[in-house]
Amino acid sequence: MLLEIKNLHVEVEDKKILNGLTLTVEKGQVAAIMGPNGSGKSTLAYVLAGKDNYKVTEGDALLDGESILDMAPDVRATKGVFLAFQYPVEVPGVATMTFLRTALNAQRKTRGEAEFSTPDFMKLVRDTAGHLGVSQEMLRRAVNVGFSGGEKKRNEILQMAILQPRLAVLDETDSGLDIDALKIVAEGVNRLRSPERSMIVITHYQRLLEFIVPDVVHVMAKGKVVKSGGKELALELEAKGYAQYADEAA
Amino acid sequence: MNAEVRAIKTPAEQGLADSFAGARGRLPGKGAVAALREDAFKRFDASGLPHRRVEQWKYTDLRALMRESYPLAALPDAAAKLRAKNAGNVLTGVDCRRLVFVDGAFAPELSDLVPEAGLAIGSMADALAKGDPLVAAHVGKTIATDDAALALNTALMGDGAAIRIAAGVTLKRPVHLVFASGSDKPSSAFIRSLIVVEKGAKATVIESHDSGVAQVNTALELAVGDEAQADYFKITQTRALHVSSLLASIGSRAVFNSFAFTSDAHIVRNQSFIRFAGEDSKGAIRGVNLLRGKEHVDNTLLIEHAAGGCDSREQFKSVLDGQSHNVFQGKIVVQPQAQKTNAKMMTRALLLSDEAEADNKPELEIFADDVICGHGATAGALDPGLKFYLMSRGIHEKEAEALLIQAFIDETIEEIAHEGIRDALKFAALRWLGSRS
Amino acid sequence: MPAAQETVEQVRRIDVDQYKYGFVTDIESEKAPIGLSEDTVRFISAKKNEPKWMLEWRLEAYRRWLTMREPTWARVDYPKIDYQNAYYFSAPKKNALASLDEVDPEILLTYEKLGIPLREQEILAGVVRPEGERRIAVDAVFDSVSVATTFKEELKRAGVIFMPMSEALQEHPELVKKYLGSVVPVTDNFFATLNSAVFSDGSFVYVPPGVRCPMELSTYFRINEANTGQFERTLIIADKGAYVSYLEGCTAPMRDENQLHAAVVELVTHDDAEIKYSTVQNWYPGDADGKGGIFNFVTKRGDCRGARSKISWTQVETGSAITWKYPSCILRGDNSRGEFYSIAISNGRQQVDSGTKMIHLGKNTTSRIISKGISAGKSNNTYRGLVTAHRKATNARNFTNCDSLLIGNQCGAHTVPYIEAKNSSAVFEHEASTSKISEDMLFYCRQRGMSAEEATALVVNGFVKDVLQQLPMEFAVEAQKLISISLEGSVG
Repeated sequence: MLLEIKNLHVEVEDKKILNGLTLTVEKGQVAAIMGPNGSGKSTLAYVLAGKDNYKVTEGDALLDGESILDMAPDVRATKGVFLAFQYPVEVPGVATMTFLRTALNAQRKTRGEAEFSTPDFMKLVRDTAGHLGVSQEMLRRAVNVGFSGGEKKRNEILQMAILQPRLAVLDETDSGLDIDALKIVAEGVNRLRSPERSMIVITHYQRLLEFIVPDVVHVMAKGKVVKSGGKELALELEAKGYAQYADEAA
Repeated sequence: MNAEVRAIKTPAEQGLADSFAGARGRLPGKGAVAALREDAFKRFDASGLPHRRVEQWKYTDLRALMRESYPLAALPDAAAKLRAKNAGNVLTGVDCRRLVFVDGAFAPELSDLVPEAGLAIGSMADALAKGDPLVAAHVGKTIATDDAALALNTALMGDGAAIRIAAGVTLKRPVHLVFASGSDKPSSAFIRSLIVVEKGAKATVIESHDSGVAQVNTALELAVGDEAQADYFKITQTRALHVSSLLASIGSRAVFNSFAFTSDAHIVRNQSFIRFAGEDSKGAIRGVNLLRGKEHVDNTLLIEHAAGGCDSREQFKSVLDGQSHNVFQGKIVVQPQAQKTNAKMMTRALLLSDEAEADNKPELEIFADDVICGHGATAGALDPGLKFYLMSRGIHEKEAEALLIQAFIDETIEEIAHEGIRDALKFAALRWLGSRS
Repeated sequence: MPAAQETVEQVRRIDVDQYKYGFVTDIESEKAPIGLSEDTVRFISAKKNEPKWMLEWRLEAYRRWLTMREPTWARVDYPKIDYQNAYYFSAPKKNALASLDEVDPEILLTYEKLGIPLREQEILAGVVRPEGERRIAVDAVFDSVSVATTFKEELKRAGVIFMPMSEALQEHPELVKKYLGSVVPVTDNFFATLNSAVFSDGSFVYVPPGVRCPMELSTYFRINEANTGQFERTLIIADKGAYVSYLEGCTAPMRDENQLHAAVVELVTHDDAEIKYSTVQNWYPGDADGKGGIFNFVTKRGDCRGARSKISWTQVETGSAITWKYPSCILRGDNSRGEFYSIAISNGRQQVDSGTKMIHLGKNTTSRIISKGISAGKSNNTYRGLVTAHRKATNARNFTNCDSLLIGNQCGAHTVPYIEAKNSSAVFEHEASTSKISEDMLFYCRQRGMSAEEATALVVNGFVKDVLQQLPMEFAVEAQKLISISLEGSVG
């Protein structure tokens, strides 16, 4: 078991968003989390990554048995938590290449690993970027600035591929993508599936799960998991909608 | 600002000192009001007329512009009132409550005093003389500033409007304060008005100035209560040497919109001191200036965000022809406690003549970190490409220019919510354009 | 760009004291008697064996200065300067030497510590020299005198004169006389006039017609002596069609008392000439409580005297307790161009009031201003600028962009532009913004594993990129490091 979330209660600006969420993700498992808007899916992603202003009032989240909730965001990242943002942030003036290297070397140094030399790093990025259709020109541009929706999402997956996290949380990675872009992104994600890496794929729609086939599907409503099942659960949701869970969570 | 001891007075300063010495005994108000006057005059006397070395008056050197001081206007006689009858006609067609002031003095017989629930109207001179508690609570207290022109106004303030809109009341019609000159001799007027818009009340107030050869120093204190809304317009079309101060204090969750329209002027200085004192309020401070000949128009703003969460927009457009001189100074101050302030200022000058001068000084002074503030300023001529395009479609040069200038101004005038006032100002701008060629 | 990473390391290595140039060099020096009088002026002039006209020029300035008042319009607040309680001239005793070998080894060591190469052979024989790296000629000014100037011979072959001002007065008095004070007149302002009276050394550059200076020229200013002001005077002339890129760097020891630095820099470009002037100003800023630090009151002005000439100022201001500095361009020649690129960072109790003046006099003149201000700690950072087009400056163009970034809620960021259009064909565009460093950006960076400091350094380096790009490569890297060091301690 890589991640264990126990009875997690979270408030944002005095509003309760998560209400006793319990969830485990096994090592190497790809878990899909589905649910209607406002069910707390993105909040879960941010809480795991350590964003400010998300107040945990009860419960815990353990990575390899160690609570991560009091850790700074960079400490969690170094321990292998990666969040692919729903809305990747633009960082003007900072070339994507520079950003990637600063991040990778910061993590490696903290872990006591040797930093990448420039040529090695360039090669690593070039190889990975090629698979994702990320051009050299894009790598020279400032992080996410002027990127299209698809480029931003591909850039997130590129970062994931470079940083090699143990737990990747993909927050609505399919939003705003057309079918071709979705396929590229999904292929990138599938390439990173491994027995050593767990993933939480957050999505509103079943469509993404046709391309990234999950091991398990959890349904969230009103801040907690209300149902779990196999990948067929996603299809069922697609057919019946989320309305049926409105009462269960209450 | 000027710490030097000033031994020499200009003739105008001497004249003002003489006016004050001669009038101090009969100016309205005793006790606290008289003390306020004495203190204000002392401050004015120490600094003299503001001049170019005083940063906020850098581009409008009042000491140089004001050669002499005119005597205080006498109370208007019947002839004066007759001359003033047509003043304020820029708003003909807009259903307003007209309150007329001739040479600064309230003229009830020319005014619309039909009672309205929650609206109290009075003359400032009466209120000062009677020691009215509303006046005592507000006059001289709305905004703290050491401005010398305002100090002079406080020292010599004669009459003006004293208006109160009771809590929760929405005025049915805009109030139009018509300031007209009736005297056929050069004279000076020191007008002081107070408008209190109480909690949750809503009011639209227009102040218009049209007068002949005169020196006018006018000030308005405006208190906008919590959750109240005040829409304020100032229309200045005067041959006077005109100095005006707006002092506005805005409460919480309130709305304040102001619009200053100036055309066919001589020398105008509009200074606005606006303070967002309560949280989560919104303000839009706008203006349009149309200048030609040797006209000089100065709009100077000091916008202070003293409470958090307020939004302010400032937008000024000026069109300059002839040898005119337009000045815009706009300072946005964000105090340390005013987090989440959003303030944006834009000022544009359109130069139609090589001899005109546009001076712009937008300023930001920011002490809180969680803010979004910005300003923009442009100065330039009409776009020759656009002009050519219009002319290539058969439009005359002057007409093409007029269309482009109109488009330039309209962008700001269009922001006015009140349809009647919006149309009236559009028409005023058109009239100015029509008389250009 | 590895610099962001390097920066961070740099920051990490520094624990308590963030100012790494704060050491004092222990050498014997010779000083003028304390205080300022005609005698001080005569002393300085005599020390430098100046021609009579130079002394008269200085004395005229001194007399004028006595009648002037210290300006108070800038947003800086500092204790009254006691002009009689400072030394106006201080020189290392061993000085004016034929070769570097005769320079006091302590001084050589100082420059070594500062990372400034003074030995040409070392530069030439540099163990590893990346391909394409440009060579830089250095004039090193230590307190009141120039201690070494490198590559003089090679420059001479190209016709370029690069020497300390004191030497130029001996060797090229006609050039100095012709240009000195022609851009910043003796009576210009309080600090410039003071400088005119007591200036000690500085660099003189003359690039003859049609010559493109074969290397970057640079001067490193170092204040070492306590209680001593530095008043350098720099004069750069690019004759018709000439080009030169000049760099200036400054450091000073950490001392509890404030020290005055009042420099004057004059630039002249003739027809088709170009001067690119870059500064990395890293004077001692004082400690966290605002104790000590340099008072930096500098007058820098360029005169685009010739048609189609160009002057470009780039500055990275990270040091000094007080900065009062407005590198300006007088766009006199038709079609001339002025540029001002600035990064001003304030932290601790620093106060910066800096900006530029673009004075459009000639036809079709253009100017561009990009200013990036970063305020942290309890500092105040003001951009103050003037853009003006005179009646005859038809088709004048200016574009100005001033952005301010606030880090923490105890600092202030201020923008005071004056924009004066006096003819209708002028087109001026000005935009400014102030905001705090974006929490979202910081979180994004930290989610990828960067510490709060690394994230801040990265975001700030991105914010100032447009200006960094204007710096010569070597300086850009240096500047990037400095930026992060300056922000040390600003991340809560």
